[in-house]
Amino acid sequence: MRVELIVNGTERFADDVWPGESLLFTLRERLGLPGTKNACEQGECGSCTVLLDGLPVCACLVAAPQAAGRDVVTVEGLAVEDQLDPVQEAFVETGAVQCGFCTPGLVVMVADLIRRTPTANDAEVREALAGNLCRCTGYEKILDAVRLAAARVAS
Amino acid sequence: MVSRSTHDHKPLIYEVRGGVGESPVRPDGTLKVKGEFAYASDLWLDDALFGVTLRSPHPRARITGIDISGALEIPGVYAVLTHADVPGTKHYGLDHSDQPVLAIDEVRYEGEPVAVLAATDPHTARRAVGRIVVSYEELEPLTDARQAVFDSSVPPIHPDGNVVRNQPIRHGDPDTATAEVVVTAEYEVGMQDQAFLGPESGLAVPAADGGVDLYIATQWLHVDRSQIAACLGLPEEKVRLTLAGVGGAFGAREDLSMQVHACLLALHTGRPVRMMYGREESFFGHVHRHPAWMRYEHGATRDGKLVYVKATIVLDGGAYASTTKAVVGNAASLGAGPYEVPHVSIDAYGARTNNPPCGAMRGFGAVQACFGYESQMDALAEKLGLDPVEFRARNAVSQGSYLPTGQVIDSPAPLAEMLRKAAATPMPAARSTMELGELPGGYGNTTHGEGVRRGVGFGVGIKNICFSEGFDDYSTATVRLELVAGEPVATVHTAAAEVGQGLVTLQGQIVRTELGVEAVTIRPADTSVGSAGSTSASRQSYMSGGAVKAACEAVRAQVATLVGRAEPDIQLTGGKVVSATTGVVADLADVLADGAVEETAVFRHRPTVPLDPFTGQGDSHVQLALCVHRAIVDVDVELGLVKVVELAAVQDVGRIMNRESLEGQIHGGTAQGLGLALMEEIQVTDGRIRNPSFTDYLIPTILDMPPMRLEILEYADPHAPYGLRGAGEPPTLSSTPAIVAAVRAATGLPLRRIPIRPEHITQQ
Ligand code: FES
Ligand code: FES
Repeated sequence: MRVELIVNGTERFADDVWPGESLLFTLRERLGLPGTKNACEQGECGSCTVLLDGLPVCACLVAAPQAAGRDVVTVEGLAVEDQLDPVQEAFVETGAVQCGFCTPGLVVMVADLIRRTPTANDAEVREALAGNLCRCTGYEKILDAVRLAAARVAS
Repeated sequence: MVSRSTHDHKPLIYEVRGGVGESPVRPDGTLKVKGEFAYASDLWLDDALFGVTLRSPHPRARITGIDISGALEIPGVYAVLTHADVPGTKHYGLDHSDQPVLAIDEVRYEGEPVAVLAATDPHTARRAVGRIVVSYEELEPLTDARQAVFDSSVPPIHPDGNVVRNQPIRHGDPDTATAEVVVTAEYEVGMQDQAFLGPESGLAVPAADGGVDLYIATQWLHVDRSQIAACLGLPEEKVRLTLAGVGGAFGAREDLSMQVHACLLALHTGRPVRMMYGREESFFGHVHRHPAWMRYEHGATRDGKLVYVKATIVLDGGAYASTTKAVVGNAASLGAGPYEVPHVSIDAYGARTNNPPCGAMRGFGAVQACFGYESQMDALAEKLGLDPVEFRARNAVSQGSYLPTGQVIDSPAPLAEMLRKAAATPMPAARSTMELGELPGGYGNTTHGEGVRRGVGFGVGIKNICFSEGFDDYSTATVRLELVAGEPVATVHTAAAEVGQGLVTLQGQIVRTELGVEAVTIRPADTSVGSAGSTSASRQSYMSGGAVKAACEAVRAQVATLVGRAEPDIQLTGGKVVSATTGVVADLADVLADGAVEETAVFRHRPTVPLDPFTGQGDSHVQLALCVHRAIVDVDVELGLVKVVELAAVQDVGRIMNRESLEGQIHGGTAQGLGLALMEEIQVTDGRIRNPSFTDYLIPTILDMPPMRLEILEYADPHAPYGLRGAGEPPTLSSTPAIVAAVRAATGLPLRRIPIRPEHITQQ
């Protein structure tokens, strides 16, 4: 089947989509957007986080046809040309990126968190990011990145 | 070439700014935050097929027939291959070639690859693989490692027998040694998974010369290549590997996974083949940390000096040898810990069973032993009525101490100081709020503080850095200095695998420091340059850092010759050639005007020797590294839930090369140690994995990790480049026993098995 949707502000369509196919698969395999990562396809790791009509979701848990006609923002849609989103900038600067496989999901999640709750304290940040696994960093520098990005956005 | 990959417009050539000791931002960071970094699972070609693996559903069975006809009938299927289609050597292995590329007549673990298949797309491939019919005659699996080692009546499950290695250590006179205070206990360590986030993936492209190009996420390109080439029956130069983006490694990419399979399918079909494991398959697709059973007996004098350590350590290597031999060597040689012990008797064994194969994981044999000896140190301290920090400090090694292998520690080992620093770290405030997030059970709202007890514990670990026991361990680097648009630019080329740790940053830092140029370009790691050795054993800063430094020195000597000077007199700084005696000699740009200067260096660490097979004596290790942790936990003793409140680490790294990356290593290593202490275990019953998912195999989330305090010491190792000490593994050792000690302190329970489960706390 054909699925039409808006990805990072552009109307896109994919053909031959299976009814049970995940949005993650469609983005990565059919729309040439591999930035969103597949680390489990079980809804457990958050690596595939995208915004669906402005809400963070695990793209591996959304059937592609469910996203038809809706607005999807992926990690590729955060930076404007070469201007990184403040969250992306903060992740690079604080050392929150090691292997980086968790990073696309995290920066989408954190960008949403900061927009929604600009003054989130550490406990709230931890709660909000509890669904995003990172195996490399122990999360310390991810917290640093969130604090830095939040401060920059606020100022 | 991957000409139509999604990322062909982004060559993986990085620029690095900042010298040794600084923390420049990682050159691949921007690509990674934009989602533009090409991981192995992101590569594709328009005409690429998708490869999948059929795996054994049984831990042990005879294969009585394989019928592939049903799969071949499915439109879109291009090849179905079994062991009969492996043209070269049919077995591979890092240390010992005992593992079949595809099972031959028998399967020895659940998940063993039996056949591989290539089809036009993942859906078709997965559907088709279900149509391959394999007939099995199930056999009784051997699943008890101690039985495999000690019960000689058990028939071998592999032609090479059920014991991969038995390594004794005999030091002093352990047979007659007696002590006033003795503690004896048995300990168990569950099977931990590396759980990198980027599952095994790669793209194999058949080449016009009959060879193959493989784009792969791995830890050691050249050792992959030699194994792949042998299995394909090709000369090594026809098997070319390029490192694709690696989503973490931690040891799980030391052994081959889909490498030979993808190449076989590509060569067979004449089409590029992608393979990409899902999370469940990944649990079956790589080796894990060896589970361990250990019996320790420690004797000490009443005033707190260790007299003897006697230990038996059995490590379950599962169905194939992998790196079990070296893991046993580590557990044996480091099995008494970083303490001075006059009499030592250790017997370490690596078993072959029908459990999942085990091999490398961060800490590599030293982790399991560390849980044993540190638990014993706490038990002894308690029996002696001594403070656990003081008791450890009294027995701590220092420079000049002997290991039980007879090896003298010949560089700084400031363990007593590290222990005191860890103990003196300010304590976090007592829990003052009823903030649920700070309580065990968190927002599960399981307690408001009732039944919650706090505990503090310490742990110490010692890890060998670089490859031990006589291994010819080296790394190669090529450095080129040339003019680009009138400016001197350096280019570094190595085959060293960047797996997330920040080696690309470090290579650039070294070149900037050694050659005094602003712009450094790091070429993609591939097999067109000599081997860099493995990204494991915390060795790459030392080894590939050493190779890059040596190549820079050779380039500098060349430049010195070009200006008619002797090398020791010449430095390159700020784009100038500077003599120590006469000042600026020339502009580097002028010297390079006549052409580029390029040098290749091979760096080797000092030689080591294998442990004596009967006494375990020998200078087997290159370098030793220490880390100390203090853990503070809150335990809900009624529900068995643990909240780690804070972790403080003190580590000696010799020289801080890049503080930000270093801290990231200590944080990440500490987190994996927390996982082993409290939650991570592949649960295996009768040889079958019961929890191959992130739903049931839990790794620490941001809610599980506490704030961490780090204190980093720099006591230079005179034998190492820049005085540095490998740093990635030691924190993984010490955080586990520190956390367990803290839970013991909170509960009063002995807790001799990790990971600790809630029922271990509530049912005792
Ligand atoms: S890939 Fe979707 S949650 Fe892990
Ligand atoms: S940086 Fe590797 S998983 Fe987070």
